[in-house]
Parts: sequence; structure tokens; C-alpha cells
Amino acid sequence: MRDEGGGDTPTVLRFRDDAVHDEPAVTLDAFAAQPDATAVRLEAGDDARALLPALERLQLVEVGFPSFRDGRGYSAAAILREAGYRGELRAAGDVLVDQIAAMRRAGFDSFAPETPLDDAVARRALARYQSPYQAAADRAETVWRRRHG
Amino acid sequence: MYRYDEYDQAIVDARVDEFRDQVARRLSGAMTEDQFKPLRLMNGLYLQLHAYMLRVAVPYGTLDPRQLRMLAHIARTYDRGYAHFTTRQNIQFNWIKLADAPDILAELATVEMHAIQTSGNCIRNVSSDQFAGAAADEVADPRPVAELIRQWSTFHPEFSYLPRKFKIAVIASGEDRAAMRLHDIGLKLVRRDDVLGAEVYVGGGMGRTPMIAPLIRDFVPLGELMGYLEACLRVYNRYGRRDNIYKARIKILLHEIGADAYRDQVEAEWAQIRGLGIDPPAAELDRIAAMFAGPVFRDDAPEALDRGDPDFAAWLDQNVRAHKRAGYAIVTVSLKPVGGIPGDASADQIDLLADLAERYGHDEARVTHAQNIVLPHVRRADLHAVWNRLRDAGLAEPNLDLVSDIIACPGLDYCSLANARSIPLAQKIGRRFAGRERELGELKLKISGCINACGHHHAGHIGVLGVDRKGTENFQLLLGGSGAEDASLGKITGPGFDEDGVVDAIERVTDRYLSERIAGERFLDTYRRIGMTPFKEAIYDPA
Repeated sequence: MRDEGGGDTPTVLRFRDDAVHDEPAVTLDAFAAQPDATAVRLEAGDDARALLPALERLQLVEVGFPSFRDGRGYSAAAILREAGYRGELRAAGDVLVDQIAAMRRAGFDSFAPETPLDDAVARRALARYQSPYQAAADRAETVWRRRHG
Repeated sequence: MYRYDEYDQAIVDARVDEFRDQVARRLSGAMTEDQFKPLRLMNGLYLQLHAYMLRVAVPYGTLDPRQLRMLAHIARTYDRGYAHFTTRQNIQFNWIKLADAPDILAELATVEMHAIQTSGNCIRNVSSDQFAGAAADEVADPRPVAELIRQWSTFHPEFSYLPRKFKIAVIASGEDRAAMRLHDIGLKLVRRDDVLGAEVYVGGGMGRTPMIAPLIRDFVPLGELMGYLEACLRVYNRYGRRDNIYKARIKILLHEIGADAYRDQVEAEWAQIRGLGIDPPAAELDRIAAMFAGPVFRDDAPEALDRGDPDFAAWLDQNVRAHKRAGYAIVTVSLKPVGGIPGDASADQIDLLADLAERYGHDEARVTHAQNIVLPHVRRADLHAVWNRLRDAGLAEPNLDLVSDIIACPGLDYCSLANARSIPLAQKIGRRFAGRERELGELKLKISGCINACGHHHAGHIGVLGVDRKGTENFQLLLGGSGAEDASLGKITGPGFDEDGVVDAIERVTDRYLSERIAGERFLDTYRRIGMTPFKEAIYDPA
């Protein structure tokens, strides 16, 4: 877990070893019109599958959470990871510390919360659950797999 | 019954730790109430009119004596000595202090219980048939599938912030005792070419916009069911409405795009995710099913009973149902004494139920969606002893499925959403019909204190809905609903009534039924045959 960024941009919490991608994320419409763009921002209502033809060139997908109650972004993340996207997947906006463990499971590997997360609480939250029941994008070893080898 | 292994226990223990951490942050002020609310709700903790209410999950309604005793202990130690069984087969404690909640959850975890996902916009506790494993007409015990769904849905990372709550029911009999088609997803297990699978119904529900779920897929093999459910949920999570809380349930999505379009979207989604290994290894369902193998029944259990005591005979006829094995019976313990609070039980009564389950019931009890308790495996030879103990505790009311076996929500006595008091009305109706219930036969009466329909009024043969009319409580009357295999939605009779007026109106309805019925007809059958008009006349234009 490392914090990057600074200045006026929100602190980004990253779980990746590669360098921070510095191209600004464009909207889905703009991305479609710019064949060289490598960073895109999905709003909650955008169809993540529209990005599937362009996964090769994508390096950053930022998913906006207008409200922590709006769970559409979890499905967007899962869809991108299922399709084989390996680049950075960032949850941005109203992202709360009690949500990041599930977001990690759904495939997010970086976070740009509007309000900075309490580091100690985040560490506890991420370490708390050992084996999940169900398979998800994080490819954690499931309880079901452990039970049956 | 299902038993936790180290993995199940670790997950529930971790949840206790997480919630303790969240409560501490709330009490310290590190978290706002707005931020805390969805977290506590996802753990069954509501802020009600007078105190916090804690809803504890009873997965598919199944309990053992050890768990019942823990619930009694919690009622005594942290509440006011009683608890409330709900229409979702759960149990609620109404007078909880926030600071006690983590300790209560820790105590529950010692008996393999929790409050995970008993509220919030997530997949709720799975409900099922209270006669599972005891009914003669089931193709298989539905509870292993319900347990598998419990595990699949527990902390599902994609479905914790759905547009709205999501309820799943699983049955496996022709007779529907779980109101399956009034759930967001209803599953009915069926066998096809010797393979067990499920019919999948999606988009049922009550509330403001009651809907009976249409059939979306006529067969999904059990080995692929979790993947198919994941597709169902993903379509809803992506496309369910989030702009209006009253239009956010999946039934509205189905209603707006149509069942066919929804079915096509689910099929397309399923095709995308089918190879991803969402379903567990086949051995997992086998492992779970082995734990529901049921007790070893005796082949020589006698069938004969002494029906000499007329009170005992009345209870046998009304509250005892046939078991799949000769010499055994299914007992329903009524939590609807005349003048009582539907679904309430005292700590002492819960302890007694634990004793009876242990001594006479092969260590099993079930909660029903009608807010009663079932002892599913009782030897017929023990029925008289069970009845005696129940009678001493005030639990032998012979009124299963009769007019006084009322489903009622907590209403304005507890609930911050309610418009009207459900409980006093249920008590009045019970007193009005005392002694005449059996004459009226099967008559399912259901009362909701507001439009959210927690008391299932749409599905009552007779339903009552409490509304607020210019600051006074007013009750609308509905006729003709059913939550059973012949599911239908009740229709409003006309202008509403005050509390005494609605009791009078119900009596006029039942009087008309008695004068119109032909042999063998239940109230619902007569209503379906003759329609609303004669009943409206009886209510609004009595001769």
C-alpha cells in the first residue's frame, strides 16, 4: 500500500508496482474519438464493455463513484478484469474506507477517495478477511477451493 | 443441520471484529451517522422509534436448541426479556444499545449465528420452506441450495451496494409455504432427466408496487446456479433504477423493460461469465447436503394416538401436519395467542422451544414466514407430551392458518416508517373471532402498518393496510390475495375504516362468506368464485 500524488490532486492509494500513469483520464466519448488515448474515466452509468475493443492500449481506467451507495462501479471493475484488463483500475470519488476491501476483490488496484482514508483503519480492513466464499476478480483462493483442493 | 467449519467461523468472527471497529469509530465521532448508517444496516442494526433494533439472521429459518437458548439469553441480557420472529424467518430484538451490539454479535458467533446482510441494499438472508426435510412432496431438501446461496452471497464484492434490498427464497415442493413468487428471486427445485435444477422466478415483491414474479428460466442445473444468479444480479446492479428509492427494486426493472428483455440480458451476461469458475466444485453442494441428511427415523414409530381430550384433538387437527415418515408429524407452534403480539416470544418460551426440540424434535426448530415456530420431526407418540408442555407455556393455540393466525408488522408501536398500529388491530381481530376461527376454516389475514407491506397485506386472503389520512390512522381492506402456489394479489374493497370499523368490516366479509360458501370452499375459493361485489355490498351497504 503506498500513497502517491500530492498538491491539489487527491491522494491516490495504489496497489501496483508500476509507475503512476500521468496521462489524464478522458471521458468515454472522448476516448472513443481519440485512438491514441490510454486513460479513460467511466462514470457510474457508462457501459464498461464499450472499452473491451481497446483493452490493449488502455493503461488507466478510472471509475467514478458519485455516492458510496452507488454500486455500479463494482460491476464495471469486475467486467474489465474478467475481460483480461491488466492495467490500473482506480476507484475515484465517494469511496469510503469500509468499502476498499470489497473494491480490491472486485478488481480495483488504486483509490482516489474525495476524503482521505485513515491509513490504520484501511490496513485493518484489508487484512481482516482471510478466505472469501466466492470467486472474484482478485483471484483470491476461495473457501470453496480450499475445502475441495 | 449445517455446521460451520473453520472457514465459516473465521468469516463470522472477522465480521464481529469489523463491526466492533465500526461501532468504535462511530462512538468516537470518527464516522458520521450518514456514513455509519449503511454499515450498521448491512449488519441488521436499525434505529427505530425508541431504540436500536437488531435483526439476527436465521438462515432458511433453521435453528437448533443451542441457538434458541442463545437467543433467549440475548433477550434476557440485552433486551427486555422477549424477541420477535419476522416474516423473513429472522428474529429481531427491539431494545438494543449500540454499545452492546458488538458483544451480542460476539455471543451469536459462538453458536454459528450472525446478523450479516439482514438489512441494507444487498442480498438478504435466504428464506425457505419451514417443512423442508419433513414434507412428503419435496423433490429434494431445498436447504442445501439455500446454504450454498448464503455462502455465495456473503460479502459478495460486486453486490453489496445494489439499487435496493434483494430477497431470495428457495422451495422444492408443489405446495409453496414460503411465498416464493413474492421474492426478488424465487427458486423452485425441480428434477429433469434425473438432474436437479431450479426454476428461476425474478421480480416478485410486495411494497408499494406488488408483483408476482414471472418465470425467467425453466431450468438451471444446480451445478450452474450460482453463475446464473450472478448474471441475474449483475444485470440488476447495472441497470436497476437508482434515481428513486420507490422504483429501485428489481421488479420495477422487469416491469419497465419486460420479462423477455430481462431474460435476454441475463442470458447474454451468463454467456459472458459462464467459464469463469463462479460455481463451486460439485463436491461443495454434496458436502453441505450431507449435513442436512436428517435424523435417523425409526421404522416402528407408532401411528395411533389417543384423541380423547378434545382440546388436544383440536390442536392435532389444526397445528399438526403429515410427515414424510409414518409415525412422525410436523408440529407448528403458534405464536399467535388471542390478544397477543404476532411473532413475539418471551425468553422463557424460547427456552421451552429449545427443550422441546432437544427432547422430542431431533434438535431442530424452524421459523416460518407466518411468524410461527415449527418442530419438523416429532414422533406421533410424543405429541401429547409436547402439547402439554406447550399448553403450560401458553403456546398451544390451535389456530394455524386460521383467522387469528395473523401476520402483522411491528407497526407504529416500534417502527419509524409506520403510519398505523398493526399490533393492537391484530389483537382486536383475534378477540373478535375467538372461538369461531375453526368454523371459518383456512383464512390468512395479514396486516401492514404502512405501504412498505412488511405484513404481507397484498398476499392475505384478507389484507389490511394502515395508512395515514389527514393525521389519523385509517385502514384499507383488501380481499383475495395469496402467497401460496396459487399466488395472487389482493384488491382494495373501497374506502377505508378506523380501527373498530375495519374489524366490523372483516366480520361482515366473513359473515357473507359463511352464507355463500359451498362445501369444502375456503374463503379464498369463495371469493374467487363470486368475486368482490357481494363482499362490497356486505361491507358498505349492509341490508
